[in-house]
Amino acid sequence: MDLAYGAAYAAFRDEVKAFLKANWPSKDTPKGSPAEALAGVPRVERERAFRTKAVEAGYLYRNVPRRYGGSEQAPDPLRADIIREEFFRAGAPLEVPGNGVSMLVPTLLERGAEWQRERFIPKTLSGEHQWAQGYSEPGSGSDLASLRTKGELRDGQWVVNGQKIWTSFAYRCQYIFVLVRTEPEKPKHEGISYLLMDLKQPGITIRPLKQMTGQSEFCEVFFDNAVTPADWIVGERGQGWSVSRSTLKHERGFIAGAERQAATFGSLVGLARRCTKNGKPAIEDPDVRQRLAAILGYIESFRYSSFRQLSMNLRGQDAGIFNFMTKIAGSNTNQDMAKLARDLLGDDLLLAPPAGQDRDDVKGKRRGNEQWVAQYMSSLALSIAGGTSNIQRNIVAERGLGLPRSV
Amino acid sequence: MNFALSEQQAELQSSLSRMIEEVCNLRAVHAHIDGAAGFNAQLWEKLVEFGAAGTCIGTEHGGLGLEMIDLALIAEVLGYHAAPVPFLGQALAGIVIARAGSGAQKSKWLPKLASGEVLATVALGEGGTVWLPEQWTMPAGKPAGVKSNVPNAMDAALFVVGLAGGELGLAEAGASGVMISPLDGVDRTRRLGELRFDGASVELLPQGKEQSAALRDAALVLLAADAFGGARRCVDLAVNYAKEREQFGVKIASFQALRHQLANMAIETEPMRGLYWYAAHAYDHIPDRSPYAAALAKAHLADRYQQVARDCVEAHGGIGYTWEYDAHIFLKRALFDFAWMGAPAVHRARVADLSGW
Repeated sequence: MDLAYGAAYAAFRDEVKAFLKANWPSKDTPKGSPAEALAGVPRVERERAFRTKAVEAGYLYRNVPRRYGGSEQAPDPLRADIIREEFFRAGAPLEVPGNGVSMLVPTLLERGAEWQRERFIPKTLSGEHQWAQGYSEPGSGSDLASLRTKGELRDGQWVVNGQKIWTSFAYRCQYIFVLVRTEPEKPKHEGISYLLMDLKQPGITIRPLKQMTGQSEFCEVFFDNAVTPADWIVGERGQGWSVSRSTLKHERGFIAGAERQAATFGSLVGLARRCTKNGKPAIEDPDVRQRLAAILGYIESFRYSSFRQLSMNLRGQDAGIFNFMTKIAGSNTNQDMAKLARDLLGDDLLLAPPAGQDRDDVKGKRRGNEQWVAQYMSSLALSIAGGTSNIQRNIVAERGLGLPRSV
Repeated sequence: MNFALSEQQAELQSSLSRMIEEVCNLRAVHAHIDGAAGFNAQLWEKLVEFGAAGTCIGTEHGGLGLEMIDLALIAEVLGYHAAPVPFLGQALAGIVIARAGSGAQKSKWLPKLASGEVLATVALGEGGTVWLPEQWTMPAGKPAGVKSNVPNAMDAALFVVGLAGGELGLAEAGASGVMISPLDGVDRTRRLGELRFDGASVELLPQGKEQSAALRDAALVLLAADAFGGARRCVDLAVNYAKEREQFGVKIASFQALRHQLANMAIETEPMRGLYWYAAHAYDHIPDRSPYAAALAKAHLADRYQQVARDCVEAHGGIGYTWEYDAHIFLKRALFDFAWMGAPAVHRARVADLSGW
């Protein structure tokens, strides 16, 4: 066993650090460097210019071919993790967040037509095109394959009618990839198609839903004879279910989840230092120390099991049941942290969470303890979005423990 | 980075597991806990052949010369099978004599420990939750008083004794001024006893004061490893039972409430593997992190094992509460792992201090 990265990776880490120092503004930006030139540029352009350089250097979009705007690097999860760690530490932007990069691009690379890749991938990677994900419906949540939004091919184009819900950031997206029922006579999983659509059209209405935090990140999307060209379908008719599940063999962020947990935990320790209990800093309270250490047990367990998962993956081995529980383990720990924060906050628990349309809107505004009120709520979203914790338990039971399928 | 087992380590675990299944399966463990013997001699003999009595003892003294991670991997397997053997005391005594003993002490004892000729153990607790080196009160010069909760005390010939000031000494069974008596312990797979000192003389280990913290950490790592193996077995027992047991005309594994309980047990258990590996790895390779990692591992794994063992009983229904069924064996081993060397709360408080909070 060896927890060090080794000499070649240490050199790579130094290279990444040097790149960041020269190209991303920080308090010790060298004079005359590209980073200095970027310092005064507004955030959106600054991030775009930086990402272009980072792609040239081979740090972002590593699994995407150069001809589509990626950096086309050999798969190497260790390098990918070093890049994530160092970018995270420097506060530099990683790949454009959102469904376009994380879901649509891998799907197009695996199942898309050549013209679709050429047309859609480059602008998605640059952030010019943002994509909404049209999956859930009011009647189809965990049972997604029961979806009823209808797609009909009429006069050389798809005509779509129905409704999607929980569509995050739809108000600021240009496009949507959407699952629609095109073969109503077939069994539910075989009657679905995966369509690409322009959101900016008269047949589509977007209505933001206000969340419990007061922000409005997710939306309802209504389709009323909305249209899209006949060839804006990924895969064949009726293959939408498998297209939506296609995963590319690309680098996964094995360590990223553990890092995020550790970062939140660091903030929680900071909160315990700031708050008082019985007239003393809460961090000195024996009960608070017990609870912090109990949470730390979960965080360190997850961290080193993630290292094991990464190491096994590098050797082509299967990390087994741990693969199926990373989401729920992470959301459980986040909930534990939220509950300790709740108990530390005292009267500040009465503060409203920071106001704004979404998390980016709130970013950069001065934030005090009310951010923990928001975390108290958003930790709940983690155990719902992308497959609820009960669905995760089903997956662990079936695929991890080998229990026969139920229902 | 390579935080995975080597082929040899994986093979060590699977061959050891097969051997124990042949020699001392859970039926045999039941027979043991209902009997009078201090340990299962047949299994212990096989384990000694396997090298488990001298895993971390140097090859120059007849041991395997391996690392704490290898020893911990063995402890995990023993925990999985609830093996009724004097492994814990033997392993810890060997480690600490190797680290703290004089040349003469090492030559005299280590080969005999590695070969199983001498059965040894550690006498650390003093009752009243006194476990840790800085808490020990027994005077080094002329020991008087009690060392309690000593594993396999009735069968051991050699004791490593924790003394005031964090010193360590050797005492032999049968020496004058040492009275050994059994305790009626809850975990009958790891029998406990008590040592009463009255005017006995102990032979100090020259580096005892410097090495007693490492002895503490080794004990915590081995308990954590045992807890992982035991918790894993609790999950397996409950899952297998759910696949066989029928009610309302169907296997109970088809009921989602139970499936979720079983999933939760697995979600508590599996990630702990990484933490006990880390603690074992740090013991040899990142010594300045070892006290932190060992304390956190013992606290977290012993605490969670105890809960998973309770969940295992509940998942079985009535049969799980019987003496005849296996679940209580693991529940009781979980209690041992929880309390021996100090409860999780003690070690969480140490984690907080060591984290600089």
